[in-house]
Amino acid sequence: MNRTVLDLWVGFFVALGLAAVMFLALKVGNLSSAHLSETYTLQAKFDNIGGLKVRGPVKSAGVVVGRIVDIKFDPVSYEAVVSMDIDGRYRFPKDTFASIYTAGLLGEQFVGFEVGGEEKMLKPGDVISKTQSAVVLEKLISQFLFSKAAEGQDSK
Amino acid sequence: MKIPRGKVVAIMGGSGCGKTTLLRCIGGQLRPTGGRVRLEQHQVCEMSHNDLYRLRRKMGVLFQFGALFTDMSVFDNVAFPLREHTALSEEMIRDLVLMKLEAVGLRGANKLMPGELSGGMARRVALARAVALDPMLVMYDEPFAGLDPIALGVIGQLIRKLNDALGATSIMVTHDVQESLLIVDYIYFVSNGKIVAEGTPEQIRASDDPFVHQFVHAEVEGPVHFDYPAPTARQEFLGEHAHG
Amino acid sequence: MSMRMGNVAGFLRKLGHAAVERVWRLGFAARFLLAILAYSGTAFRRLHLTIREVYFSGVLSLLIIMVSGLFVGMVLGLQGYETLQRFGSTEALGVMVALSLTRELGPVVAGLLFASRAGSSVTAEIGLMKVTEQLKAMDMMAVNPIARVVAPRFWGGVVSMPLLAALFSAMGVLGGWLVGVVFIGVDDGAFWSQMQAGVDFRFDIVNGIIKSFVFGIAVSLIAVFEGYDSVPTAEGVSRAITRTVVTSALTILALDFVLTSFMFRGTS
Repeated sequence: MNRTVLDLWVGFFVALGLAAVMFLALKVGNLSSAHLSETYTLQAKFDNIGGLKVRGPVKSAGVVVGRIVDIKFDPVSYEAVVSMDIDGRYRFPKDTFASIYTAGLLGEQFVGFEVGGEEKMLKPGDVISKTQSAVVLEKLISQFLFSKAAEGQDSK
Repeated sequence: MKIPRGKVVAIMGGSGCGKTTLLRCIGGQLRPTGGRVRLEQHQVCEMSHNDLYRLRRKMGVLFQFGALFTDMSVFDNVAFPLREHTALSEEMIRDLVLMKLEAVGLRGANKLMPGELSGGMARRVALARAVALDPMLVMYDEPFAGLDPIALGVIGQLIRKLNDALGATSIMVTHDVQESLLIVDYIYFVSNGKIVAEGTPEQIRASDDPFVHQFVHAEVEGPVHFDYPAPTARQEFLGEHAHG
Repeated sequence: MSMRMGNVAGFLRKLGHAAVERVWRLGFAARFLLAILAYSGTAFRRLHLTIREVYFSGVLSLLIIMVSGLFVGMVLGLQGYETLQRFGSTEALGVMVALSLTRELGPVVAGLLFASRAGSSVTAEIGLMKVTEQLKAMDMMAVNPIARVVAPRFWGGVVSMPLLAALFSAMGVLGGWLVGVVFIGVDDGAFWSQMQAGVDFRFDIVNGIIKSFVFGIAVSLIAVFEGYDSVPTAEGVSRAITRTVVTSALTILALDFVLTSFMFRGTS
């Protein structure tokens, strides 16, 4: 086999393989612009994070503005500390409310930002003070049963 | 066994007597359990891998049936040792390769692939490859095996001529008596791992040693037995009937 | 009665012997890998040797890999649609096909096909060189056969495997798209958007590439080892080729389990 023809084919093969990897990365996966632009980290503390997972989205007004990168437990305050990488293009005011929502009825959970009216913005590394924990289904059910029982008591 | 410089020596014996193993020991491919191999001043059996490789560049080996590299042309096969061990330019290599092929009479076949060669031609190309680096020691493993009478004669003559032209030493492992007697300077006879006889071709032809005699005159019965060891015919054929 | 006990004892002895033989060969193979790595200098200094092997292992496997990938993707599309339809979630077809391929089917099936096509070919080549004493001849000409023959083939396989696995997955996604969107009529936008939302580059795609890389090393090592260690007869080479394919298949599946349990342990 002529050496130059061989090299041509091998070059073609490697190029094709790399193109496949690129295809997978860009069109199939989520290696989109959000990951390539700069991000800054914010933290939030919750009493209960429910089923929130690392890599879950952070949304504001329904649009993905960041990703959860770390979930830790604070042994001093007994709270969950969630670290989030937020897209550098977006700044949020200091009185932003961070709540844990569920997508749909039984879907994956995410952190939602509701903005307040403050003029001062959160700086990288800041901790969001206003948080709302996840709604835990069991508590909801026991609350419901409890209030039903209380109603029954009252009507007697 | 002593092999003097510049001579062609044959090692002969029946199949399975250990002559090919001996050749492998000389080349350092096998380590003997007893005895030593000394090449010039080198103790072959104790050499490190790198030293052995350096020594092997001064050796040429012709394997049984040639052992040509089947994915390369005749030219590339002969050029192989030159390309691997020298830094010569491609033009010089081309000249050297064609000269070696000319010596074995196959310069015109240099573009063929090994699969297109006859047995005799392949053997000759392998010979050209073995002497590509002008070695000081050339070893032949059954160079005459499976060849027609013409090719036999050709190879025999080439072995002698190349040895004298290169000033090299040649060791030939073979059991082709008639051809060997014509070209070698000395012969060793080996049987069951021992040297049983030795001598120049004239001495061998005149010898009355039973082993040598059987070998040279191709006799069926002699020190090397016809029958494989077995119980006697009486036991084999009649013994069973007696029991059954 | 005693004859049957004798049979059982003999059988157990053979089983024990076979097990010891396997372990012994595993150690041998590990030392062989170290030898290959030690002598890989030639394979990189004379790159055209390795490039030649990338051609024979990789380029010549392109057709079977890409066609198989397409068909696997198409079947995934069909079966996936059939099942998802029952739960009314046919827009998840894209995610399903993509994740199945990039995480598992791409590396594993491409690995199995590679072992069958390229692995067996390498084993045959080296085995035949052994039968015709070409390796011994090379050794006697002071050229290390591991450096010149074995290492380039090993690295050729290691380079080819991840590329082939990526191509397999890519063709599979296209096949799933072809069946799901073009033939059946699932929404094109939902197919791709759900896929892009559900497939993570670092987690799914990179893990898949790591898997294919590990499989490439395993298959290439098995192929060159079986060839180099084969009995130098026609029957010996034939058995070595069979061993390459079988051992590669089992090794890929076992490694897949090990790697999957490390990589996809649950996202919290």
